[in-house]
Amino acid sequence: MSEAISRLKKDYLFNLALKGQREDGRGFDEVRDLIVETNVIDKAEGSAKVLLGDTQVLVGVKLQVGSPFADSADKGVIITSMELNPIASPNFEAGPPREKAIEMARVVDRGIRESGAIDLNKLCITEGVEVWIVFIDVHVLNDSGNLLDAASIGAIAALMTATLPGEREGRGEDVKLPICEMPVSLSFVDIGGELVIDATNNEESVSDLRLTIVTNQDGSICAMQKSGPGTLSEENFLRSVEKSREIGAQIREEYLLNI
Amino acid sequence: MSDKPEKFIDENGLRLDGRRVDEIRPMTVEMGVLSRADGSCYLEWGNNKVLAAVYGPRELHPRRLQRPSEALVRYRYNMAAFSVEDRIRPGPSRRSTEISKVSGEAFEPVVMKQFYPGAVIDVFAEVLQADAGTRTAAINAATLALVDAGIPMKGLVASCAVGKVDGQLVLDLNKPEDNYGDADLPIAMTEDGEITLLQMDGNLTADEIAKGIEMARKGCEQIFAIQKEALLSKFGTTDEEELLKEAELQAELATSEDEAEDVEVVSEVVSEVVSEVVSEVALEGEDDELEDEVDEDLELQDEGEAFTDDEVENASDEAEDLFGEDVSEFDINEGTESEGDSSSEPEDAESNEDEGEKNE
Repeated sequence: MSEAISRLKKDYLFNLALKGQREDGRGFDEVRDLIVETNVIDKAEGSAKVLLGDTQVLVGVKLQVGSPFADSADKGVIITSMELNPIASPNFEAGPPREKAIEMARVVDRGIRESGAIDLNKLCITEGVEVWIVFIDVHVLNDSGNLLDAASIGAIAALMTATLPGEREGRGEDVKLPICEMPVSLSFVDIGGELVIDATNNEESVSDLRLTIVTNQDGSICAMQKSGPGTLSEENFLRSVEKSREIGAQIREEYLLNI
Repeated sequence: MSDKPEKFIDENGLRLDGRRVDEIRPMTVEMGVLSRADGSCYLEWGNNKVLAAVYGPRELHPRRLQRPSEALVRYRYNMAAFSVEDRIRPGPSRRSTEISKVSGEAFEPVVMKQFYPGAVIDVFAEVLQADAGTRTAAINAATLALVDAGIPMKGLVASCAVGKVDGQLVLDLNKPEDNYGDADLPIAMTEDGEITLLQMDGNLTADEIAKGIEMARKGCEQIFAIQKEALLSKFGTTDEEELLKEAELQAELATSEDEAEDVEVVSEVVSEVVSEVVSEVALEGEDDELEDEVDEDLELQDEGEAFTDDEVENASDEAEDLFGEDVSEFDINEGTESEGDSSSEPEDAESNEDEGEKNE
């Protein structure tokens, strides 16, 4: 059943793409309306709700004291999880995260970690014994496409508002979580050979390739991921790198710098 | 674990293990190493030791995972607990789940899944000893295991990583470069240069990425050469005499055992030619032009057309009547691209099943 419907949908979306159009009237490199609300959950040390078009994602940051990894005894720890809750889409099922959710969580994590967004050296309490552990939990509320970018933007926004709960844990005063970079993740999907940015769920369902690129403030790239069975041409890839730098800078300017 | 080296590249442009920046580590492969698997390959790349095996195409359970129009390609990347310095807990981790997913996707574009609807092709990659670049090593081994299993493929896949140390791009990271370097960009490619796996972490500028892709391409070319050499030594030969003998044998088989099939294909051609020729003969009435006309038309035929059995029978009879010779000597596969005129007839609408993938 889904096969027949998706063929029709595929034809429709591919034909639109041939004419340079998309189902919601956007251009190929136009991102949907973005709203980032921060501090929406008081109980969390940091939180952000991201609305990207109809996609809704809630990200919470919790901090706990724990032991460091053996190979980075003087550094804090980041743990990122993502759950595709059945509330968010008819396609999601309850249960432990499967590969799709794990992959997205790891790409969100990679963007935060590799950009150096969190100064992990400052999260060391006693070297080799105690460090702060940063839990980034992504709660998906409505999947209308491009959860990955919504989650990434939510994650950095939530981190930027997060407080180290020193008093609660008996480790001194409450201070702001040390943040030193603002990575922005942008994803493209392939529709009939064209890469379109910030795909809707319909566009995602007919595409066989997603490319995610995470950029830093200085325009360098800190993480990338190709996902899906499709192939990517070098030309399309390099063009996307440029676009993600350009559009990433706009998003950072407009939505993150004022947090 | 060793500490970060002061310098990764010395004044002579050589890396810690003596390689130049655009050189891959020595790679050795051996195919067909597991008797129970349908295909297998053991690969050593530097200090990496990787074993890949393919089971399938075989029945897929549970059935709800089956795909009605193609096979499922399932890839499992797994590290042995003892493969790294600090023992890792056996079984799937979040890391290995992600690697399995993207590595499997790296093969989707080349495996001809449409031949095995409802089936599964299982690819298992076991990392026995890890020394940076295990996902790329596993992909290189898995490609050969797939070929060894006789899975129809459009081409090979090769994979290698590009990284950055001391501000310079380097090909195929070794362990210290992987641990303490500034970036890691694993890439897999098909032989025509399409990217089928791309991941990256660390920090690279847009320029470095563009250069990195080119570097990875060069690395993949070296790996393709190694893969092809392995294939040739197992399945083929470069000895011209032997090749010639084999070709003769093939030709013999084609004309004797597969005669029926050949006749079928050729008769398609012939039946069309007959109808065209007959009308032209009626118009012009010149017999000597007939043969030329036929030859020309034969060359223009496409292979992707089919006829019903009756038509084939009739056509082949007609053809033999007309030419008085064995039609099987025409090999339709030698034909060039159809020029389009032949497809106007209604019976051409059916497409040959074997050629189905061309229509996808």
